[in-house]
Amino acid sequence: MEQGPAGGSGPAAATGTGGLLLPLSETEQQRYSELFSRCCPPPEAAAGGSSVGELFRASQLPPDTLHQITEICGAKRVGYFGPAQFYIALKLIAAAQSGFPVRIESIKNELPLPRFMALKNDTEVRYGTPAEFHGVKFQVPHATLEKNSYKRTDEGDKQEPKSPPMSPICSPPASPSTYQRIPLSYGYGKARSGLEQQHGASYEVRHSTHQQDGPSSGNYGAKSSLTCSTPNRSLSVEREQQDSSTQYSDDPWRITEEQRDYYINQFRSLQPNLNAFISGSVAKNFFTKSKLPILELSHIWELSDVDCDGALTLPEFCAAFHLVVARKNGYQLPETLPETLLPEYLQAACLKPCCALFDSYSEPLTSSQQTRDLSRAEKSSAEEVPDNSALLQDGKKDDKQAVKVSTTLKTIPKEFQHLTVKAAAQEPNALRARPRSRSYSSTSIEDAMKKGEEPPTPPPRPQKSHSRASSLDLNKIFQQNTQAVRSGWLPPPPPALPPRPSVSQTEQPSEVELHPQMNRPPSQAEENSSAKKEVVPAQPPSKPARRKLRTEAQGLETPELSPTLNVTSSLPAVKPHLPVQKQSSKQKRAIQTAIRKNKEANAVLARLNSELQQQLKEVHKERIALETQLEQLRPVTVL
Amino acid sequence: CDLLCSQNYPLYIRSVPTENELKFHYTVHTSLDVVDEKISAMGKALVDQRELYLGLLYPTEDYKVYGYVTNSKVKFVMVVDSSNTALRDNEIRSMFRKLHNSYTDIMCNPFYNPGDRIHSRAFDTMVNSMMMQVC
Repeated sequence: MEQGPAGGSGPAAATGTGGLLLPLSETEQQRYSELFSRCCPPPEAAAGGSSVGELFRASQLPPDTLHQITEICGAKRVGYFGPAQFYIALKLIAAAQSGFPVRIESIKNELPLPRFMALKNDTEVRYGTPAEFHGVKFQVPHATLEKNSYKRTDEGDKQEPKSPPMSPICSPPASPSTYQRIPLSYGYGKARSGLEQQHGASYEVRHSTHQQDGPSSGNYGAKSSLTCSTPNRSLSVEREQQDSSTQYSDDPWRITEEQRDYYINQFRSLQPNLNAFISGSVAKNFFTKSKLPILELSHIWELSDVDCDGALTLPEFCAAFHLVVARKNGYQLPETLPETLLPEYLQAACLKPCCALFDSYSEPLTSSQQTRDLSRAEKSSAEEVPDNSALLQDGKKDDKQAVKVSTTLKTIPKEFQHLTVKAAAQEPNALRARPRSRSYSSTSIEDAMKKGEEPPTPPPRPQKSHSRASSLDLNKIFQQNTQAVRSGWLPPPPPALPPRPSVSQTEQPSEVELHPQMNRPPSQAEENSSAKKEVVPAQPPSKPARRKLRTEAQGLETPELSPTLNVTSSLPAVKPHLPVQKQSSKQKRAIQTAIRKNKEANAVLARLNSELQQQLKEVHKERIALETQLEQLRPVTVL
Repeated sequence: CDLLCSQNYPLYIRSVPTENELKFHYTVHTSLDVVDEKISAMGKALVDQRELYLGLLYPTEDYKVYGYVTNSKVKFVMVVDSSNTALRDNEIRSMFRKLHNSYTDIMCNPFYNPGDRIHSRAFDTMVNSMMMQVC
């Protein structure tokens, strides 16, 4: 991290920022010096304002961001862009494009290279920024496409920085940044053909920034899963052949890691327990914010709520969110759910990042016993998941394993469905009870009578009773396993995790900010990039909005979950809070289970009532028939 | 032909032979009266699993109109040609059951307000496949 011999920029940088020693890596040095020489042909010492301005605009950051950058780097103060200011400005641009706030501190970290739209005389690799995709040109030189395809095969390594491919590629356009915001990734609804280069370029970005990608899953983020113009079809086919070893494709219905993380965060904002359901009304409010027409939202719901229970599990939610985002970016909704959005597929893929997230958030998040147990349950049951996800990374869709995992997981969500106390959740239960009631009524009457004799004990219902009983046991079991599992889980991820919490901390507020902004379809890209800048100032306004949504959701839940949400939103470890909340949550959980039992008993009784009514009706009919027979017989006897 | 009604306005209507559609609509609407009559006659019964009308309204036209009512008083009315003698009671019942299931799935959708017209594509496909099967 030394400053290279780029012409005394080191001390200049240091003085320019008032004593801040700006560490520049070798690649950064090279890059910056190239850019500087472009903007200011030597022997001038200062970059020309116009060329600098052009370059900055090519970075596609919003103007006020650029103003901020110029202020911070000191150019305004000294009145020109000296090498120091220029380098600082470049670094700030890189920071801004990566999603960090524009401040001096942010450039102390290692950052990816700043990305600029291709300038006319640019023969180097220039990467468009994620900030705006509307301006992406529809130029798809085939050379880049081929390069993209073979670069993709290299992607499997995930490790080597591929600097050589960088230079040969002349690609105009946009690459998704590592820290791309999800709505941004869909900003290229119009710029689909630009995706090819995006993918290719994104790989280099990945490679050059892999030190920033803590989790290896960041490589999945390279796949911005959108495609669809026909020129890209053949390429994607070719790509898929080459990429059989990796699961990358330009499938618009494939969820990238970043998107998945974003969805998971959104899910968490609605429902802190990642294994539980989001009820229909909560989801409705949430998705209505996207301002899509109700008809489309209902179609999206139809597609994504696979089990038709009126509630969304995490994979269902991811699928729904993905469809919403796709639709907002101009993609037509499919008639049936694409296979990459199927819950089984998503569940298997979801788990690894879920687990990783759980590890990083384990202390602050799982403040309630319940959610912690669930997370442990998920981890313990999904120990084979890392293997699965590794396999998935290798690209072999091991459907069998995925199904196995998904079945184990599905049983857990089904069980824990009953642990969630939501008024709306009872409706799906009741709805599910209704089709079952039909089947029950078709069974013999004796069974109905038997159930009538045991109204207080719900055990007759096969699924729920045993799951409920077992769920309580599971909690106890997992308490024991908690320690072992937690210790077992924590060691592997640590190398990957440390960058993550800080990243996610900065990410999360911006993601929080972004969701309200997602509702503004036009120029959403600019807004999103400005969101990165204005994360800090905007954080207070957006957080209350987010809290409002949460409290709304919790209006349906019991009150104790709201303290858990407040804890989850504050990422720093809150271990001391946990023991206290354990006890209170235990009591409350007992109340919840009691309430749930009562509700289920009510549902059973209602069903029994209807069945008995039917029997009564039939008995009435028989009685009437008998009476008529009697009437017919009586005159005979009289006579 | 097929119709879903609630509070006597149609939520969903579909005809396979698309000619004479207006006549189908009229037929269905008039049959709603008969359905209501049957419901009120039932008295305490909560659910009427199925009703069978034979030769109901236009004996000359050889229509058979079948009715079905759910718990929430949503009426399903089906009109079939009598020339299609292959349709038996059980089939009709199974068709109504399928309709009812699909309708329940629609209800699960939080974006669906009861009383709206039904635009669900899944429902459409299900109805189409059913009608193709029959006609």
